[in-house]
Amino acid sequence: MGYGAIVIGVSSGGLNALMKILPSLPENYPLPIVVVQHVSPRSDGYWIESMNRTCGLNVKEADEKEKIERGNIYMAPANYHLLMEKDKTFSLSTEAKVNFARPSIDVLFESAAEAYRDELIGIILTGSNSDGALGLRKIKEEGGLTIVQDPETAESPSMPAYAISTSSVDHILPLEEMANFLKTLGESD
Amino acid sequence: MAAKDSTEIEIDLLLEAIYQKYGYDFRQYSDAHIKRRITNRMVLSGCNTVSEMQFQLLHNKSFANDLLHDLSITVTEMFRDPGFYRSVREKIIPILKTYPFIKVWHAGCSTGEEAYSMAILLTEEGLMERTTIYATDFNQRALDDAKQGIFSNNLIKEYTTNYQAAGGRSAFSDYYIADENMAIMNQNLKKNIVWANHNLVTDSVFAEVHMILCRNVLIYFKRELQNKVHKMFYESLIKGGVLCLGSKEGMYFSELKDAYQDLDSRQKVFKKKY
Repeated sequence: MGYGAIVIGVSSGGLNALMKILPSLPENYPLPIVVVQHVSPRSDGYWIESMNRTCGLNVKEADEKEKIERGNIYMAPANYHLLMEKDKTFSLSTEAKVNFARPSIDVLFESAAEAYRDELIGIILTGSNSDGALGLRKIKEEGGLTIVQDPETAESPSMPAYAISTSSVDHILPLEEMANFLKTLGESD
Repeated sequence: MAAKDSTEIEIDLLLEAIYQKYGYDFRQYSDAHIKRRITNRMVLSGCNTVSEMQFQLLHNKSFANDLLHDLSITVTEMFRDPGFYRSVREKIIPILKTYPFIKVWHAGCSTGEEAYSMAILLTEEGLMERTTIYATDFNQRALDDAKQGIFSNNLIKEYTTNYQAAGGRSAFSDYYIADENMAIMNQNLKKNIVWANHNLVTDSVFAEVHMILCRNVLIYFKRELQNKVHKMFYESLIKGGVLCLGSKEGMYFSELKDAYQDLDSRQKVFKKKY
């Protein structure tokens, strides 16, 4: 079964967690990666530029209507919800916060599950809220692969713990093993 | 063509019914967004399928009103994206100052916060007396709220922060009267604002203007519809007129991108070429 995309949801402690995963992926990694990291509405996006410098893959903010393509790691812009469309492009929305968050992980995951069905990989990392649990369940329902960071290894364990208690996830992995696991998934593609 | 799933077919039919019965055309809105809004209403209303909603839409007026309201995003704030308003002061005001009278079209003004923000800014820059702001939306409920100019007091703190960050020249409290629940915008701010019902999807150009603000409306449209609306904006603007989009919107995909020059690429402010 070939996968088409990876979505990652992460909140507090996210930058450290992402730095332990994304820079390890080679520049020819075969799947596009889309990330919702909860940030302040006033974030200037500088963290995205600095992440781009440390990653082999191209790290950028997702633009509306942009085609989702391999070779890129897309970050949801501050203060907008990010959605993935069936035609493999992005949409943005300024509608109300979901789970007190904009961007919301649930909004991304639910739309991605509709668009990619069983060709989607969903990952929940560290965070201190419950965003993403319902979205991950939706990915599972559509036949996608679901992975959660072991709460024991999370800077903030409650978001992974919520995800694990909301649906039966496929894999629970310590943060240190996440990058290698994703590389393996990429190789089978 | 790949087979569509049942929900997608139901949503297509629902949008078709809305268009035929009520004249609002959501058929070219982004799929993921529309699906989200409709599913949301489905859960709230206790319907099990979108087909059940179809019956309610056609036979239950208050259900139809709620659904139509859901499909129009009314999330907004005063001086939203303060950096944009600073850009208006620094880059657009010098252009507007050269006109004997000024017409501004605020398309998709929703509940009016940004129209009032612009009225405050133009007042501070000494231009409001010779300006008319046409603030339009297709959502009559939002427009009625906008005309009132009454905002919940718990928002004022955030609006004040935005106002200051936008380079405000006096105290934000000069522009409203508040009690413990409500803040009412000063009547003189409304004097030159014309509130009008206008639908970007189904209505046509209605005025020739010097500046258009349409922020975070086009992001909900598919590309073809975006292009159609861009054409309307282009026809409405005088030569040298200014188009202001939302901070994450751009002209990248517009057929008309070469017809404009960047006035402030970061704040998505464009000037129609002469």
